[in-house]
Formats: sequence, structure tokens, C-alpha cells
Amino acid sequence: MAEQEVTLMKGNEAIARAAVRCGVDGYFGYPITPQSEVIETLALDKPWETTGMVVVQAESEVASINMVYGAAGAGKRAFTSSSSPGIALMQEGISYMAGAEIPGVVVNVQRGGPGLGTIQPSQSDYFQATRGGGNGDYNVIVLAPASVQEMADFVDLSFNLAFKYRNPVMILSDGVIGQMMERVVLPPYRPRRTEEEIRRECPWATMGRTKDRRPNIMTSLELKSEVMEVHNLHLQEKYRKIRETEVRYDTWQCDDADYVIVAFGSAARLAQKAIDMARDCGIKAGLFRPITLWPFPTEQIAAVAQGRKGILVVEINAGQMVEDVRLAVNGSTPVGHFGRLGGIVPEPDEIVDALRKMEN
Amino acid sequence: MEKEIIISGFGGQGVLSMGKILAYSGLMEGKEVTWMPAYGPEQRGGTANVTVIVSDERISSPILSTYDIAIVLNQPSLDKFEPKVKPGGILIYDGYGIINPPTRSDITVYRIDAMDKAAEMKNGKIFNMIVLGGLLEVCPVVSHAGMEKALYKTLPERHHGLIPLNMQALEEGGKIISRMAR
Amino acid sequence: MNAEFNGIISPENLVYKKPELMNEVPMHYCPGCSHGVVHKLIGEVIEEMEMEEKTVGVSPVGCAVFAYRYLDIDWQEAAHGRAPAVATGIKRLWPDRLVFTYQGDGDLACIGTAETIHALNRGENIVIIFINNAIYGMTGGQMAPTTLLGQKTATCPYGRDAELHGYPIKITEIAAQLEGTCYVTRQSVESVASIRSAKRAIRKAFEASMAGKGSSLVEIVSTCSSGWKLSPVKANEWMKNNMFPFYPKGDLKDKTSE
Repeated sequence: MAEQEVTLMKGNEAIARAAVRCGVDGYFGYPITPQSEVIETLALDKPWETTGMVVVQAESEVASINMVYGAAGAGKRAFTSSSSPGIALMQEGISYMAGAEIPGVVVNVQRGGPGLGTIQPSQSDYFQATRGGGNGDYNVIVLAPASVQEMADFVDLSFNLAFKYRNPVMILSDGVIGQMMERVVLPPYRPRRTEEEIRRECPWATMGRTKDRRPNIMTSLELKSEVMEVHNLHLQEKYRKIRETEVRYDTWQCDDADYVIVAFGSAARLAQKAIDMARDCGIKAGLFRPITLWPFPTEQIAAVAQGRKGILVVEINAGQMVEDVRLAVNGSTPVGHFGRLGGIVPEPDEIVDALRKMEN
Repeated sequence: MEKEIIISGFGGQGVLSMGKILAYSGLMEGKEVTWMPAYGPEQRGGTANVTVIVSDERISSPILSTYDIAIVLNQPSLDKFEPKVKPGGILIYDGYGIINPPTRSDITVYRIDAMDKAAEMKNGKIFNMIVLGGLLEVCPVVSHAGMEKALYKTLPERHHGLIPLNMQALEEGGKIISRMAR
Repeated sequence: MNAEFNGIISPENLVYKKPELMNEVPMHYCPGCSHGVVHKLIGEVIEEMEMEEKTVGVSPVGCAVFAYRYLDIDWQEAAHGRAPAVATGIKRLWPDRLVFTYQGDGDLACIGTAETIHALNRGENIVIIFINNAIYGMTGGQMAPTTLLGQKTATCPYGRDAELHGYPIKITEIAAQLEGTCYVTRQSVESVASIRSAKRAIRKAFEASMAGKGSSLVEIVSTCSSGWKLSPVKANEWMKNNMFPFYPKGDLKDKTSE
């Protein structure tokens, strides 16, 4: 096995470089802080000269997501990235992809809102990401990386899930993980899929109709309600399967914990520091980190909550995931929330204070 | 060993790249590192700071409330981060343009006139390395050898000729840093 | 009767047939509508170019939303206005495929103006077939970006008034100005001669895209007898008298032989 190359890079760069290495076919994006390094890194690395990966700076996020729609609908591994206001613009395309069952990947390096908001880190797009975000009854698989390494690792995972279920997948990151640098081991180079492989793995793809089959149509439209309901039921059945099989989470120091902090992404990193500090002051705390935000680890949180003195949900928002945690815990344990807003990242000692308040 | 360091100064002063060299040197020595910039709109002359953590173990939060070491390169940075140095910690400042010097007596304060030294060496670009030389003198977070390795790794080949000068600046920084009386 | 009919369509008597790609699904278009003719021309050109297995069409929102039901090629249905972006995604990753969009005036010249202009300006090797009937047909005859001044629609029932509604947009003239386009033309399909001309235009555009010469826009000035509330015959007359003077036919740009 070749020696693994350990490098130091930003989360945004890791996304770009991992994509090239795991055989992604195309990237379509539009600059916005704090995620512009994704397209900048791709432009610098020129993967079209090496792996043949296509990189297009689109005229808008609306166009970007629709380019992903086109490319992925034709069986290719395509993705886009943006930050909160840009992701809001993409919701039309994401909903259409969910309806037409097109397997694309969207990276959201979140910043504070609402509106133009701030360029500082935030987790306030949790609702938008986990509830579908656009019109209609649908879900997007949402992965929340908590390190630069996970930014790199989740690219391939996202594409695998997207194609396995023919569903859009979102990597829900934020300005902390996007902008920070830490050690990362990039995946090894893997060739892009050949036309024959795509034909075999994606018999639904619109890549030119061969005589042996009916035309492939990518559409989310159906005017007959009876037919549309059947399509919706099919989607719901798929979502049920995803909920059953794709829940991912991580726990840390929960065994003896009186208090469990539930946090995702960068907030989980802050919480780990706070847990160390709390344990130094005699408060036994642990961490439950949902890695998939949809499907949400409902049962696992219900189980971890049993016998604890309290659950503290730490988010960089006004309280969004806390609703899912409350539903999971269902009154068995007190659930509190701590968050900072508008792009302010909570400092670990503030989280310790919040734990102390729960104790009193 | 875990060192939590904040480096703060004017945008364009090289604060972020100083942190990057430090973090890269840590990586070269097999340590865990994080580099977290306080990013803002692109602007020359605005304030910039970066948190660098170098550790033997996995690092949790890249964002901190308090620091082991603060390197402050202008007055606003000094005002902001002096109170955030942990008791017993280290504060390093460049005297250039400082009107109100640090006052805390429960931390160790060092002054390094790197701006003046860089001017004396007739090369503004080695200012960063002089400061880092000072840091390594009072707290060897990484070794000089690790830093040299990092420079070779991060600088494009056409700039490798400048590395000896940078290493010289590192030595100079070590010489001129001075501990302030309590 | 049937036997007699089959007897007539014997190989030696056959002088005309619809393209193989055009299936038996009854079209939802109104009598007199131009869409059916343009669909047929596209099918014919694809067959003549032997690109049946290598073509991907992108259908719009509007009356042609169901274009994918009638021509047996692979299709993607785009969100309203986004077809040029969708086509960009397909063509960039399948450069040897023939990729075209089929869009109406509201889709292309209003809600999707940005996508249209920028795909054309990038010189994507795609073809945009633009059906301009100066009205929103599918939603019941509202004002389109190309509705003529004075023309009455459901949302300008007293006639389009520049002060109230702005002016009709000549998107094709704009397209001709863009560096990325190689062929920009305005056609119609109300007569045998014009149908033949439109077919030649579509063929030229498709071939240019496969030769990597850049973007093409083929506008078809069309009728909407239902939306215009005219008989098919009268709608053709109205088009000739009112649309052609404002939207003059012919090539606006042709760099395909360069």
C-alpha cells in the first residue's frame, strides 16, 4: 500500500481535493464566503487535465444546482457547494432532484442569517437541511462533518449514499470546519466511472436511449394525483429504508456521564473541550454527536438519555436540533439548549456555564 | 503537551501565514494541529487573528476562551487578548506602535521588537520569522529543524533560496526577545 | 375501410411518414399549435443525423412540459427557466452527446433569462429551440415577455402598455450579440416553405453543436390559437401581420462555416 500522504489544509480545500480523488465527474458552483476555497482549489488544481473532472463557475447558485441536476440525471457524479444564502437559492433545484430521484451532492458551509446575515460560522440552516428545504414531502440525507478529515471522508460517502438511494445528499458544514486547517489524509485516487459502468449502475440515467430500452425521463411532474400519490408513497418508503439503515452517530465519555451534550459538527468540537473543562470542575459530562442529521438518531438519543440528570443541546443557532432531541427524549430527561447567534461561535467556557445552570 | 496559541495583528502583517508555518511545523513533527482564522471580508489593514493549537493528542475545540500563549502585534490585539492569557501563560508583543503596554503580573510578558529588527535587516518580509524565533526561544512549541522542514514543504520551489534567510531571522528573533520585568 | 387504408400505405405509395422517434401518444397540443410541427422536425433531424442513441433533450415548464412524451429519446424535465443550466450539466459531462433544450418565451426570455444568456455566452455546445408565441399558453393566456404592445392577454386585458408592462423583449437579438453563440436564427412553421427552412435551421444548429462551434439559438415564431382566441387559420394571419414585423425572420448570426 502506498504511503498515506498527511497534509494540512482547510475543510473547504479537503472537500475539493477529496472529490477529485474519489472520481467525481463534475463540480458546478458560485463563490460565496466562507466556502469559496472549494471552487478556488479546484480551479487551481485543474482536475480537467488529470482525471477529466469538469469544473464550471456558474452564473448563480440557481444555475449551479440545475447543472448538477443535468449532470447527475445523466448518471454522473456531480456536486455543488455554497453557503447559507446560496443554499436557500438552490432549494428549488434540490426539491426537483428529490422529486425526480436524482443523486447529487450539495455542500453547505453555513454562515449566520437570516437574509444576507453574516459571513461568520453558524448552524442555523439545520431546519432547512433536515426538513427538506424546498417544496413538497421529501428528505435529503444530511451528513455533519466535525473535522477536516470528515470533510474529506464524507465526499465519497455522500456520493455512495446518493447513488444507492437516488437521492440528494447534503454535507452540512459551517465556517469553522470550512475555514480551519488541520491534519488530513486524503483518499487514494480512483478513476472516474466509465460509460459502461454508468450504464450498468445507472440504468435510469439519461445518457442517450439505446434501442434495447424505453426512453429514460428525469421528471418530477405528474398531473394525475393518483399517480403522484403512488410516486410519493414510493419516496416515503425509500425514506423509511434510509431511516432504518443509514443512521450514523458517535459518543464520547458517555458511560459515567450525568449530563450528555448533544451537538453536531463544529459545536461537537467545542462541546468536547467544554466536557474536559467540566470534568475538571467535577461535572461528569459526555457527548452524543449525530453524524447523520437526517436520518436523525432518534432511538439512540432516547436510549442515551435514560438515567441521566440532563441533556444539553449545544448548537450555533437559536435552538433547532433541540426540537428533534426533545421528540427523541420524549420527556424522560430534562432537555436544555445553549446556542449563540448571528455568527458568534460559543466559547467552551460558556458551554460549561450552561452545564452548571442545568445542575442548579 | 498541548499549546493553545493566539496570534493577532493587522491584516497584511502575515498573521495567518505565521500561524500556518507554526501549524505546519507541528504537523512535520507528527503532532496534532489546528489552525483557525478569525476570517472577515478581504481587507488590507483590518485586524486579523488566528488560533493555532499544537498537541500530542487529538484536539477538541479549534476555538478557545483562553490561551497559553498570545502573540500580539498591535495595540487593539494587545487590548483584546491580554486578559485572555491563562494565569501562568505567556504574552509576546512587538513594541512597535504600542502606547499602553501589558500590565498583568500573573503571566510572563516578553517584548520583541521584530518590526525594528526586520527594518534593520532590510527585509520587511522576514518580520514573521523573527517573531516566531522569539516564540520558539521562550517556548519551544516546535523545533527549528521542524520549522525548516515546514518551509521547504510549504514554499514553492522558486522561493527555496530564501529559506536560509528565514532561518537566520528565526535565530535573530531568539536573540532579541526579552522578558519584561514584573 | 381499414383494409382499403392499409392498401394505400404500401411501400411503393409511401411518400411521407412521421419520424420513427415520434411515438403514437396523442399530443395534448391544441389544434393549430406550432409545437407538434417543431417536435416532428426535431425527430426528423435526429434521425437524419443518426443520433437517436446519443441525444438528450431538456424540456421546459410551459405547454411543451410534456415534450418528453412524444419523442422517444432520453429527456430531462427542467424547472421553469433552468433548462440551459441543466443542458450545460449534461453536455459538459457527455460532450459527445447531442444536447438541446426546448423552451417557450416565458421559460427562456423571462424566468430563465440569466440561465439563457450565460449558457449562450459561455458558448456551451448546446442548442436552444425557442418557441415564441407571445403568450403564456399553459397557464391560460397571460402576458409573456414577448407579448406585443397592444396585444391583449389575461394579465393585460386592455392591451400591453409599455408604461404599465414594459416592452416586448427581443432575446434572439441579444443572443446574437454574445460571443459564445455561433448560430442565431428566427424561423416559423406556418407554411411548407417555412417548415423546410426551420428544419434546415435546426439541422445546422445541431451539427454546429456537435462540431463544438458554440451555442445556437433557433427561435420559432409560433401561434397560440387558444391563447390568442383565434381560429388556426386566423392565428397564422395574425402572426404574419403582427409578429413578423416585430420579430423579423432570418439568420441573425451564422458563424458555422468559420
